[in-house]
Amino acid sequence: MTTPQGTPPQDPSESEARNVDDADRTVLDDATYDRILEPRSSRRLPLGDGTWHQLARAYVRVQLISQGAVFVLVLAAAVIAQIITGVQWQWIPAGIILLITAVGLFITPRQARSFGYQLRRDDLVFRRGILWQRVVAVPYGRMQLVDITHGPLDRGFGIAQLKLVTAAASTGVTIPGLTQEAAEHLRDTLVAVAETRRTGL
Amino acid sequence: MTDPHAAGPPLDPPPRPQRAVVRSPYSDGEWHRLHPLTPLLRGGLTLLVIIGVIVANLRERLVQWVFPVFTEIPPGELPPDPVDFLFANNLILVAGGATLIVLIVLLVLFRLSWRFHTLRISDDDVEVRSGVLFRTHRRAPLDRVQGVNLTRPMIARLLGLAKLEVVGAGLDANVKLEYLSGKDAEAIRGDILRLASGRRLAEGRTEPGARASLARQAAEAVGSGLQGIVDGEDFSDAEPESIVRIPIGRLVASRVLSGSSLVLVALVVGIVVAASLSTLWLLFTVVPMFLAFGAYYVRSIAQGLRYSIAPTADGVRVTFGLFTTVSEVVPPGRVHAIEVRQPLMWRPFGWWTVSVNRLSGRSSTDTSNDQLAAVLPIGTRADVERVLRILVPDLSSDEWTLVFRDGILGPVENDPYVTTPKSARWLRPLSWRRNGALLTSDALLLRRGWVWRSLSVVPLARLQSIGLHQGPLARATGTATLVAHVIAGTVQTSIGVLGRDDALGLFERTARAGVDAAAIDRTHRWAG
Repeated sequence: MTTPQGTPPQDPSESEARNVDDADRTVLDDATYDRILEPRSSRRLPLGDGTWHQLARAYVRVQLISQGAVFVLVLAAAVIAQIITGVQWQWIPAGIILLITAVGLFITPRQARSFGYQLRRDDLVFRRGILWQRVVAVPYGRMQLVDITHGPLDRGFGIAQLKLVTAAASTGVTIPGLTQEAAEHLRDTLVAVAETRRTGL
Repeated sequence: MTDPHAAGPPLDPPPRPQRAVVRSPYSDGEWHRLHPLTPLLRGGLTLLVIIGVIVANLRERLVQWVFPVFTEIPPGELPPDPVDFLFANNLILVAGGATLIVLIVLLVLFRLSWRFHTLRISDDDVEVRSGVLFRTHRRAPLDRVQGVNLTRPMIARLLGLAKLEVVGAGLDANVKLEYLSGKDAEAIRGDILRLASGRRLAEGRTEPGARASLARQAAEAVGSGLQGIVDGEDFSDAEPESIVRIPIGRLVASRVLSGSSLVLVALVVGIVVAASLSTLWLLFTVVPMFLAFGAYYVRSIAQGLRYSIAPTADGVRVTFGLFTTVSEVVPPGRVHAIEVRQPLMWRPFGWWTVSVNRLSGRSSTDTSNDQLAAVLPIGTRADVERVLRILVPDLSSDEWTLVFRDGILGPVENDPYVTTPKSARWLRPLSWRRNGALLTSDALLLRRGWVWRSLSVVPLARLQSIGLHQGPLARATGTATLVAHVIAGTVQTSIGVLGRDDALGLFERTARAGVDAAAIDRTHRWAG
C-alpha cells in the first residue's frame, strides 16, 4: 500500500498529476467561474501560482433558489399567521430567520466565487472565504475517503458536493458546487492518486 | 446454531510468559473462548439489579422476618405485597419453581453466550465473534492497531481477571476481549503487539497441558488475583522500570494546586460573603460542596497513583490507577501530537504535564474522561525530557535543543521560532515574545503563552493536513493563524498572530515536508 521502498514516488505521480491537469482543463473548468474573488487588502492570503479550479455557476442559482424559497415560505407563514390569528409574536423568530436568509442571499454570489481548489503534485489545496479566508493543503495520501452528495435541486441543475475526509475532523474540506461530471472526475482522480501514495494514519 | 469453528475451552494453565519466545496459547490462529468467569462479571450486574429490585419491594417483609422484634407494625397494616398473595393462595411451590426455572434459564443463557463468545488471533488480524441469536463478528487488522489497553476494574481484579482492548482507528473501532485471566491478557497483548510490529511469533508453542476443570480454572484465577492484591504486583510481565516516579506528595500538591482549587476558594469566599450579608443558611451549602470537591480530589489522586511509564520493544507503556488499573501500550508512530504545559501555579515548583493525541478508538458517545491522554500527569523538567524522548524517539539532538531550550523554556538569544510581528504585538500583549512556530525536519513546534506556557509538538509523519486562516482583524494587522490538522484530542494545534508572510512560508514548507515525511514513514510495521 505504501510506495515501495527505494523508488521515490515522483515518476508515476508526476506524469499522473500532469495528466490530471490536462484532462481537467476541460472537465473541471466547464461552466465555472474564471477568477477567484479576493479581499481588497494587500495583506490578504495571496493566490500564489498554479491553476485554481472554481465552482460551477449553477451553484449560485441553486443556492439562491433554495434560500429564496426559505425566505418566501417563512414570510408567507408569518403573514398568514398574522391574518388568521392576529398575533404578533411570530415576527420575532420569523424576523431572525428572514434576516439570516437575506444576508445569505446577499453574500452567496460573492462567496461562491471565493472557493477554489488546486491539484498540485502531492496535495490538494483548497481555499474559501473573503472576510474569513481559509486555505487548506491536504496530501493525497492522507485522504480516507471522498464523498459526493447531491440533493434533488442539485440534480436538476447538474451539480454535486464533494467532501474530502481525512483522519482529522478539523480538515473540513468540502467543495460545494461542482458540476456532476467534474465531481465524478475529481473523485476518480483523487482516489487513483491517493492509491499510489497511501500512507498510514 | 452450532459453531463448527469453535475450539474446545482454552488450553491451560498458560506458563509464565517468557518474552518473545513463547506465545500465548490463544494466539495460534484458532478460535478460543474467553475465561469461564466472564459471564459472572458481564451478567452479574443484571442479576444484582434484579435482586436489588426484589429486595427493595419486599424490604419491610424481610425486616419483619429477620428482626421480628424491631418491627412494631401489626401484620394487618402492612401494605399488600406479592408474598401475602402467594401465602393466601398456597402458591409457594409454584413461585419457588418459577424462580428456579428463571435462574436455570439465566444460567444456561449466560453459559450459552459464553460458549458463543470466541476470539481468534491470526497473523494478520484479531477477531471476536459473539451473540447467540444475533451474531456479531468483528475483525481488526493488526497493521492498523493503534494500541492495546489492559484494564483491571476493581471487581475483576479481585477475581484475577483483566480485559483487553485492541484499539483500532476510527470511532467505536475497538475490539474488546473481556475477560481473560491476568496472565493470559499480558501474554496476548505481547503477541498482538509483536504480530502488529511485523515480526512473526516464535514457532515454539506451549504444550497443551492437562485440561483442568472449569472450577479449577476459576479457583486458580481467583487465587492469583487475591495474591496479586496482597503483593501489590499486578503485571507479571518482566518489563523495564518506569522512567518517571511521581512521589505521592507531589501528586497531591499538583492536584491541590489546580484550577479547580481556585474555583473552590472563589465559591467559599462568595458563600461566606453572601452569608455574612444576609442569608445565613447559605453557610450550610459549604459542607456538601466540600464533600464534592473532596471526592473529586480523592478520585483524581487515586487515578494518578501507581503511575509508571516505560519504553518497551513494542512502544510506550503507561500504567495508572490505584483501584482500577489501566495499562496502555502505544506502539511507535501512534502519537499524533504532544503538548507540554505548565499551569501557572505549578511554575514555582518547575512542574509540567505532558498530554498526547492518539487514536483511542472510543465511540463518540463515550464521555468518560480519557485519562490516558495525559501520559505524564506531573513531572519535573527532567521527567518531561525523558518522556518526550521515548514518545518521539527519532528527533535528532539539534531538534531536542529547539524543543527544550527554545521551545519549552524559551525564548533565548537568537530565537529560531517565527514569532508575532511588531505591528501585532498588542494582540498578544504578554506572550508576543513566546508566541511562535518552528518547522524542523521531523516536527512542527508550536510555542504559546507567557503566563500559561505550553509547547505542542506535531510529528510531520502524522500530520493530516495543514490550514491557514485569516479573519478581518488578522488581515488589518497583516497576520494569520496556522492550524495543524491532526486527529481529535486535547492538544491545541493552532497558533495565531504570526506574520502573514512567515505564516505563508511555514504553510508551504510544512505542506511539502508533511508529504515527504509521510512517504518515508514506515512505523505501522515498526519491526520492519
